[in-house]
Amino acid sequence: MAKHHVTTTINGDPYEFLCEAEETLLDVLRDGLQLTGSKEGCASGDCGACSVMLDGRLVCACLVLGAEVEGREVETIESMADGEQLHPLQQKFLEHAALQCGICTPGFLVAAKALLEKNPDPTETEVRYWLAGNLCRCTGYDKIIRAVMDAAVDMRGS
Amino acid sequence: MSQALKNEQDLKWVGTRPLRPDGVDKVTGRAKFGADMYVPGMLVGKVLRSPHPHAVIKSIDTSKAEALPGVRAVVARDDFQDMPSEFVPAGEMLVNYKDIVRNVMARDKALYDGHAVAAVAATSAAIARKALKLIEVDYEVLPHVIDVVEAMAPDAPVLDETLFTAGVDPAPDKPSNVAKVVELGLGDVDKGFKAADVVIEREFDTNPVHQGYIEPHACVASFSEDGQAELWCTTQGHYVVRSHCAKLLGMEVSKLRVTSSEIGGGFGGKTVVYLEPVALALSKKANSPVKMVMNRDEVFRASGPTSGANMMIKVGAKKDGTITAAEATLKYQAGAFQGSPVQPGAMCAFAPYDLENVKVTGYDVVVNRPKVAAYRAPGAPISEYAVECVLDEVAEEIGMDPIDFRLKNAAKEGTHAAYGPKFGPIGLVETLKQAKKSKHYKAKLGPNQGRGMASGFWFNIGGETCATLNINEDGTVTLLTGTPDIGGSRASVCMMAAEELGIDYDKIRPIIADTSSLGYTFLTGGSRTTFSSGMAAVQAAQGAIEELCARAAKIWEIDVDAVEWEDGHAKPAGKNAGDFEPLSLADIARQAGKTGGPIAGHADINAQGAAPSFGTHVVDVEVDKETGRVTIVRYTVLQDAGKAVHPAYVEGQFQGGAVQGIGWALNEEYVYGEDGTLENPGFLDYRIPVASDVPMIDTVIVEVPNPRHPYGVRGIGETPIIPPMAAIANAIQDAIGIRFHELPMSPPKVLKAIEAANGGGE
Amino acid sequence: MARVVLTGGLKNFTGGETELELDAADIRGLFRLLGERYPKLKPHLEEGLAVAIDGQIYQDTLIEPIGPDSEVHVLPQIAGG
Repeated sequence: MAKHHVTTTINGDPYEFLCEAEETLLDVLRDGLQLTGSKEGCASGDCGACSVMLDGRLVCACLVLGAEVEGREVETIESMADGEQLHPLQQKFLEHAALQCGICTPGFLVAAKALLEKNPDPTETEVRYWLAGNLCRCTGYDKIIRAVMDAAVDMRGS
Repeated sequence: MSQALKNEQDLKWVGTRPLRPDGVDKVTGRAKFGADMYVPGMLVGKVLRSPHPHAVIKSIDTSKAEALPGVRAVVARDDFQDMPSEFVPAGEMLVNYKDIVRNVMARDKALYDGHAVAAVAATSAAIARKALKLIEVDYEVLPHVIDVVEAMAPDAPVLDETLFTAGVDPAPDKPSNVAKVVELGLGDVDKGFKAADVVIEREFDTNPVHQGYIEPHACVASFSEDGQAELWCTTQGHYVVRSHCAKLLGMEVSKLRVTSSEIGGGFGGKTVVYLEPVALALSKKANSPVKMVMNRDEVFRASGPTSGANMMIKVGAKKDGTITAAEATLKYQAGAFQGSPVQPGAMCAFAPYDLENVKVTGYDVVVNRPKVAAYRAPGAPISEYAVECVLDEVAEEIGMDPIDFRLKNAAKEGTHAAYGPKFGPIGLVETLKQAKKSKHYKAKLGPNQGRGMASGFWFNIGGETCATLNINEDGTVTLLTGTPDIGGSRASVCMMAAEELGIDYDKIRPIIADTSSLGYTFLTGGSRTTFSSGMAAVQAAQGAIEELCARAAKIWEIDVDAVEWEDGHAKPAGKNAGDFEPLSLADIARQAGKTGGPIAGHADINAQGAAPSFGTHVVDVEVDKETGRVTIVRYTVLQDAGKAVHPAYVEGQFQGGAVQGIGWALNEEYVYGEDGTLENPGFLDYRIPVASDVPMIDTVIVEVPNPRHPYGVRGIGETPIIPPMAAIANAIQDAIGIRFHELPMSPPKVLKAIEAANGGGE
Repeated sequence: MARVVLTGGLKNFTGGETELELDAADIRGLFRLLGERYPKLKPHLEEGLAVAIDGQIYQDTLIEPIGPDSEVHVLPQIAGG
């Protein structure tokens, strides 16, 4: 079967790729474009490790088809830092030791950034519910929640 | 090795919280995990798995799959050499390759839903998937057995006709599903129970739970025409992977180079091989690199979990709180092959207490489930859960505070553990005392809330470990160790090396070396990494310092004994040595070539002196009587770390272990249907805790130093998963007056029990 | 002479004996003497067993010294997750 030809924008750059109808955005990002910062933990939208932004909306890349991103804008973890300058969330994750193994970290960061853009001053409960779609098996979430709350303070201040 | 502990006030790095050296890579998505490797010409490998829990494999026809364009190799049982049944050492582990080869690829029988039966390598994932459908397997489905008690019944379907129970005298004349009986004891329990004022005996059931690492198993294997191979994989121990794969593929160890990727969680589940030998076999056949990645369904059906169990626990005590006798019968599921963690489960069951009369009997039982793998303090959370629940009931019965009851019986330095030897300095009493006086323990509870506590013990281990510390020409340092970094250990190992060398932490760049770059190093497990690789790094640093001093002596033309190392500098030792300006490490490094060549330190050790870690957890729960949902409202972990090298990562282990235990207590379980297939192989139905399920987890790091480690380190990673299940069960009892003897305490079960207690429901 | 305790199921290989006194300089010597005294135990020594000398557990090593008054426990090896 013929592949789909897709023209899209990823992290501000123009991209063109061919994909099978059943290939997900996550397959395309990882296997096709080797943007491997988005992780596959479940391929069923349960773990959030592949969280990306699609036209400014938080989605699991494993639940979006590659062909669906024609003409749209995708943002992944790879564009979160501004050159050498880490995003405040990235910096706070390091300072708070909010990662152990680090496999869920890109997904948490993308999801947390989406939260803070929507709600710059979330309560702990709001952070916990917003991030309930991102699984972390190492940390027990404590330090992740603290890092997000602290980054929010920083970002409000700047 | 034994040496004096460093003075606390002299420490510059150990005990601080610097940023981890691999941190930026992990927050930017740059870090390469198992599935992040792509090599030119790479094929995609996929596994065909049995849909039956127990079936004879009468034939496998792969011809149609092989004929499909794009398929480059197909392997099945005949592509793997059969192995005799014997326990042989593989590195530091004792393994039975007969079972490993059968778990990697089914031979005569498929023994569980998800058991690998064949595998293909093809030019695309789509072709590989299509090829799997073309493989024809003729199964003769057999009766299966999932439950451990049913598997022990005389008429149970027998998984392995060659399995005769070990550890019983006389040896049995018939095969059964009971692989082994283990026992241990002290004194005379019958006498002890007679002396008791209160005796409580209860039966418990637990379900298997999966380690639940977010990163599925993944590897890339590349076999060359000259018989050499490279393997990239996510693992807790690439040297162990090398041992197993070399053995299964009949290779010389030196011809297989294994590189560990960044590892996305393991918790014991990545200490064994699944895909790696298959990928190597496919790569060899296809003459191309092969990448294999499990999906989540495969992770649940075919890797891990830890045992489910059935247990009887009996404890007798006097009215003053003295335990007079303790007895346990533990029946652990091993999965399809022998080797449940019932032995450590038996040894740990009563280890926190000073007891005269103890008897533990354990059964290692095979069932038609995936072979269990280690999971954080393997075996201990199961038996200690049951014991800590009974202790709570005994304390209640005699009217004693549960912490006071444990303090009355707590093991201390000099206590003979129930499994035999005497404890050295240990911190159980300190964790209990701090729990008792904590604000948490005294806080007022709300309606429908209850408080529970429990303690836990785990041994911790050392083992074979190497480290190389290269002094670079600009005065920076590269530190090579062989233990994959699963949660920040590169930081803690570097901190100890920096402390020894007297240089800044960020001057040391840590590398997890591949198997061809360092000597055999046992895996990251047994809470041994900061302890063992730390010890090796310290010794390597000391070796480098010796050489640095020798070079300074040459530069100054004085005797080497007249040079000492202090605060990152070589200095003349005393006035008689001469008057020289101290030379920094960088000063000496710059002249290394001219004074004899590059400078390095090495340590190749079998780290001994590991010391156990005890913990106590306190938890408040709130029970929703209408839905049966249990909410954790407050949680405190108190644990002896010996010395917390990087306290943030010690807290992280405490918090992460506690939350895994919360999942084990309240939600997680393997659900099998009547047909013996797993009904919840995904994160939607196998529900691990999410951020909104838990509160902040408070931590108290107790430090009773381990005298056998240069910085007093104990392992800390495993103990935190032991107390939660009992602490939560005890808290639920406190909240609603119902004692649960089964895990998980999920909403339907809790609701049913509440309705039964109210005289309603069933 | 060191006091040696054989823990757990090891008594199945020793005709029920669980405690004895032995004069061994190190773990290798201990295993040699135990193997001579209990031939059924011999195949299980050196692999799969740990030895605690005065409370400190040693695994996979034969060279650790045993003092004349040491308390020695022979027990199963411990791994971990």
